[in-house]
Amino acid sequence: MDRDALLNLLRLMLDSRFFEEKTEQLFKAGLIHGTTHLANGQEASQAGLCAALDDGDWIVPTHRCHGFTICRGSDPAEMFAEMFGSVHGLAKGLGGSMHMPDSSHWNLGSSAVVGSGVPLATGIAFWNRFQSVGNAGFAASTFSSPKDYPKTPVKNISVAIFGDGASSRGSVHESMNLASIWKLPVLFYCENNHYGMSASSDRMISSSNVASRAGAYDMPGETIDGNDVLAVYEAVRKAVEYIKEGNGPYLLEVMTYRTKGHSKSDRRLYRTAEEEKLWADRDPIKLYERKLVEDGILSAKEIKGLEEERRAYIEEKANKALEESTDRLSPNDVEDMVYATTEDRS
Amino acid sequence: MTFREAIRKALSDEMSIDPNVVLIGEDVGVYGGCFKVTGDLYKEHPNQVIDTPVSEEGFTGMAVGAAMMGMRPVIEIMYADFFTLIFDPIVNHAAKTHFMSGGQFCCPITVRLPEGSGTGHGAQHTQSPEALFQNSAGLKMVAPSCPSDAYHLLRAAIRDNNPVLFFEHKMLYDMEGDIKDEALPLGKAKILKKGRDITIVSYSRAVQTALETARLLEEKGIFATIVDLCTLKPLDRTTILEEVRNTGRVAIIQDPNGVGGIGAQVCSEICSDPKTFDSLKSPVIQIGGKCTPVPFSKELEKSTIPNARDCAERITSTIKG
Ligand SMILES: Cc1ncc(C[n+]2csc(CCOP(=O)(O)OP(=O)(O)O)c2C)c(N)n1
Repeated sequence: MDRDALLNLLRLMLDSRFFEEKTEQLFKAGLIHGTTHLANGQEASQAGLCAALDDGDWIVPTHRCHGFTICRGSDPAEMFAEMFGSVHGLAKGLGGSMHMPDSSHWNLGSSAVVGSGVPLATGIAFWNRFQSVGNAGFAASTFSSPKDYPKTPVKNISVAIFGDGASSRGSVHESMNLASIWKLPVLFYCENNHYGMSASSDRMISSSNVASRAGAYDMPGETIDGNDVLAVYEAVRKAVEYIKEGNGPYLLEVMTYRTKGHSKSDRRLYRTAEEEKLWADRDPIKLYERKLVEDGILSAKEIKGLEEERRAYIEEKANKALEESTDRLSPNDVEDMVYATTEDRS
Repeated sequence: MTFREAIRKALSDEMSIDPNVVLIGEDVGVYGGCFKVTGDLYKEHPNQVIDTPVSEEGFTGMAVGAAMMGMRPVIEIMYADFFTLIFDPIVNHAAKTHFMSGGQFCCPITVRLPEGSGTGHGAQHTQSPEALFQNSAGLKMVAPSCPSDAYHLLRAAIRDNNPVLFFEHKMLYDMEGDIKDEALPLGKAKILKKGRDITIVSYSRAVQTALETARLLEEKGIFATIVDLCTLKPLDRTTILEEVRNTGRVAIIQDPNGVGGIGAQVCSEICSDPKTFDSLKSPVIQIGGKCTPVPFSKELEKSTIPNARDCAERITSTIKG
């Protein structure tokens, strides 16, 4: 990776972190309605994934979506605007913290029904295979066994992002089976932060890890350190190449930790201070910064400068959104959004 | 042409002009569909007919994602009863796509749901679940009563940019009829017959009961208007209210049980419109199926849906007082 790419990873991680910090502050100040799910501590997973994707590769994030949305390229001002419920938000203020779709950045938006985004991402892969392979050779499922399916390269993939909690949903398993029989170009990306609300994956998941389930669906599965942004980037690149060659789906599990509570009301009684401390020492941004300094890419001073710059950038975006936060859809406009018209076209 | 063939023709015609139309479901290929609706479509459109594993939630969610990218999937849920498994992708996702994305995406998916009793398949293969979907904003629902409407409405459903649930009553599959040139659009009810004494509102298979009821009433000198809803959501309020006002009396006949059903919604529209309510000379007559799971035994199964004789009697006694 060249220096620019290395710096870009740090920039994405810092933007994601400062976005969460600002969000928490706005929440505490009572400026945001509803709830929010912060992803502090998971920045390497989010930046590493998105940086490794190509234009046209779609993501379907989880309810903990801010970092993915920033890293895929959305304007943080439009994200803050969404949380302020203003018409300048990505979903015109109809979505909120959990729903930040951005078609111009290949982001379908999240499902707030844990695990339900996975079949949607599988559907994007279905469309991608249809596009790339053309009609011929795709769906003749009536005749051929999946094993005989042509290994046809595809132009783009989709990423089904889901948590360790979601990994127990039936829809996730059904999607993996469908993707495997039709060689769909989808990356199943399990962001394992060890808990689904209070439920620890040790107590809730039958297998020792999620990736080992890939075998059941005849696809490659791999568990990696999700706090090492370069490891995530490399692993995703490898998976993307495998999928684009036409081999079908791939399951990647990235091990990480959310350092904040599940959402705003969480007292974190289900985990110990020692455990939190252990992971705080493995903060993905700190780890990466240390590495950049050790490798002589950036000096400590330059890092400090970059941090200040990114913090100011996020601050400016939040202020812009706040200034315009009272521009809202009218109740009548809202009714008009229920149905698509004949002119609408995906 | 039969109702079943009309549906097959609609699918074939849409697949021919738009390669983005794909049919997805269990045994829709060589098997020809559980009710033989898809027949040989797999031969004509080998790349657009896709057999799936038994994964209703998974393949419906997949179709929703594909629709958001601009495909026009038609999914067949073998028996409408399995709607329970697609509630999440349809109600929480397809129906809310346009709204929750601030208009960035739409979801042009069509869901074919063979429904209704009369086949002796027991309580888990004979339901008519439209009532359970009608309160979900963002969905459209269609239930044709004859081959021509089935053909035109299915084509319109596939072309619509919103998710459309298409209810096919299983007892109509063998019904014969010509396909008329005139296409009925979504959202429009049809007036099958004009009469001066009472307006009967019905849909799907129950339209047969409504027509037979009207015949029995004529023997007694009572003449009925029959309104076939065709589209269940959004309802064609204008036509319903106008036809009720024309006669000042209304009977609603439907096969599914009436609790919170389509008929209840029609009744609510009638009673909450001041002009229409004022025009009523007698209370709204609601006739629906029994609120029990559908029994297996042939005679008992039949007894759960309204019959024309009972309908005619209720209407006569209301009118004659
Ligand atoms: C189907 C469903 N069940 C329950 C919830 C409530 N819920 C919200 S987040 C969450 C935990 C999800 O855990 P995981 O998938 O690991 O994601 P994480 O929150 O850790 O990012 C639960 C149970 C939900 N939104 N959807």
